[in-house]
Amino acid sequence: MIVAKNINKKFGKLKALEDVSVTFSKGECIALLGPNASGKTTLIKSLLGMVVPDSGSIHFNKEVITNKWKYRSQIGYMPQIGRYPENMTIANMIDMMKDIRTRCNQQYDEDLVKGFGLKDIMNKRMRTLSGGTTQKVSASLAFLFNPSVLILDEPTAGLDPLSSELLKQKILKEKQNGKLILITSHVLSELDDLITEVFYMQEGKLLFHKKLAALKEETGEQKLSNAIAKILSAQEA
Amino acid sequence: MKKLLKYVITDIVQNKIVLVYTVLLLVISLSVFNLENNSAKGLLSLLNIILIIVPLICIIFSTIYIYRSSEFIELLVSQPLKRKTIWLSIFTGLSTSLSLAFFIGAGIPILIYHADATGLMMILMGLFLTVVFVSIAMLAAGLTRDKAKGIGVSILLWLYFSLIFDALVLFFLFQFQDYPLEKIMVVLSFLNPIDLSRIQILLQMDISALMGYTGAVFREFFGNNTGIILSILGLILWIIFPLMISLKKFKRKDL
Repeated sequence: MIVAKNINKKFGKLKALEDVSVTFSKGECIALLGPNASGKTTLIKSLLGMVVPDSGSIHFNKEVITNKWKYRSQIGYMPQIGRYPENMTIANMIDMMKDIRTRCNQQYDEDLVKGFGLKDIMNKRMRTLSGGTTQKVSASLAFLFNPSVLILDEPTAGLDPLSSELLKQKILKEKQNGKLILITSHVLSELDDLITEVFYMQEGKLLFHKKLAALKEETGEQKLSNAIAKILSAQEA
Repeated sequence: MKKLLKYVITDIVQNKIVLVYTVLLLVISLSVFNLENNSAKGLLSLLNIILIIVPLICIIFSTIYIYRSSEFIELLVSQPLKRKTIWLSIFTGLSTSLSLAFFIGAGIPILIYHADATGLMMILMGLFLTVVFVSIAMLAAGLTRDKAKGIGVSILLWLYFSLIFDALVLFFLFQFQDYPLEKIMVVLSFLNPIDLSRIQILLQMDISALMGYTGAVFREFFGNNTGIILSILGLILWIIFPLMISLKKFKRKDL
């Protein structure tokens, strides 16, 4: 569904992405892992067209995305740090997004809006929201339009355990609906039962991209965190 | 585009600065007209105030607004929207609300006290200056990511167009005073939108005789319909060029 070929991106002298090629297919739930500043967010932003790669091409459903915008109606994006216009209320935000994104016969998926209890605080302005509540709004907006691809950048950072679990259940449900889901996270333990593939980056380069099952078999570990630790120490040796 | 525009304008109006700007203009124009018993004199005082205040407020407010809505822009770019639509909506939103503020604050008093060709020309030029300086602000804000730098560039640009440019022209005039420079002056005035507006309004006021021989050349070039159309074209170019350059930059920008 998403194919990227030899993407390079430099920010000044810093190489954020170096010759990254990748194929993400439908129905998979992929964990983008890697240390801080390894280029995960830059890769995500390139897929969304927010960052323009210096070279290489990205295809979405076999179409090159350079200067295209329509394909984004099939993507729900939850940013790492949601930044919203300060003066708008939550209700304004949701109405505006509906206004911008609605296609014909649009079915809204308001599970998360209800689940997070956003209905009770609809009239609060975005600037008065706590970090966690802002995350809840971001998550709700990402799922609202039933997109076929979900890109979640550290979705559970800052959420309380209850909401975090709710979001996880929602991700599982969408995975069963056959959607492509990309997640970055540093909390490996919560990814164990979500993901099907692991995509590991380091210093802007792809280190490995494997099925979770294959990874577990290779290392003989049952936990994702242990498996990754084993692979990394094996590579260093 | 229409949908986005609605949200941009709502956001700007909620900002209240535009309201303050409208009231400020209104207070200035009403007091100027009421201080002088001759409304033509009032118009002349108003001219100088408008040529300074309108560009200043438009360029600074727009630059700050663009930086302040960086979150909003970031959000929109990740949505199924063309970057061109986003950028042009912000431009249109800013120009519409600031033009409206100018029209209510200065346009209506002018229409009440001095609704002749001069007054109308002044309203037209005020509106043009508003849009030109919004466009220049889009460029200044698009050039750098650093807010302080961007606002600094805007202030410098405003200073350049209101003071430094004229000083340079004067310097140039004195250096080459032995040569006939009248025609070159006409060309030079196209390099500054504020000068273009000033000349058009002054010519309407019929005081160009005070400007000596250069004034006569200006009168000959700018005073007829071709001249008016040419200066309006010049102002339109001043709107289009900065906007197009900033749009090109924005299309390649990493957010």
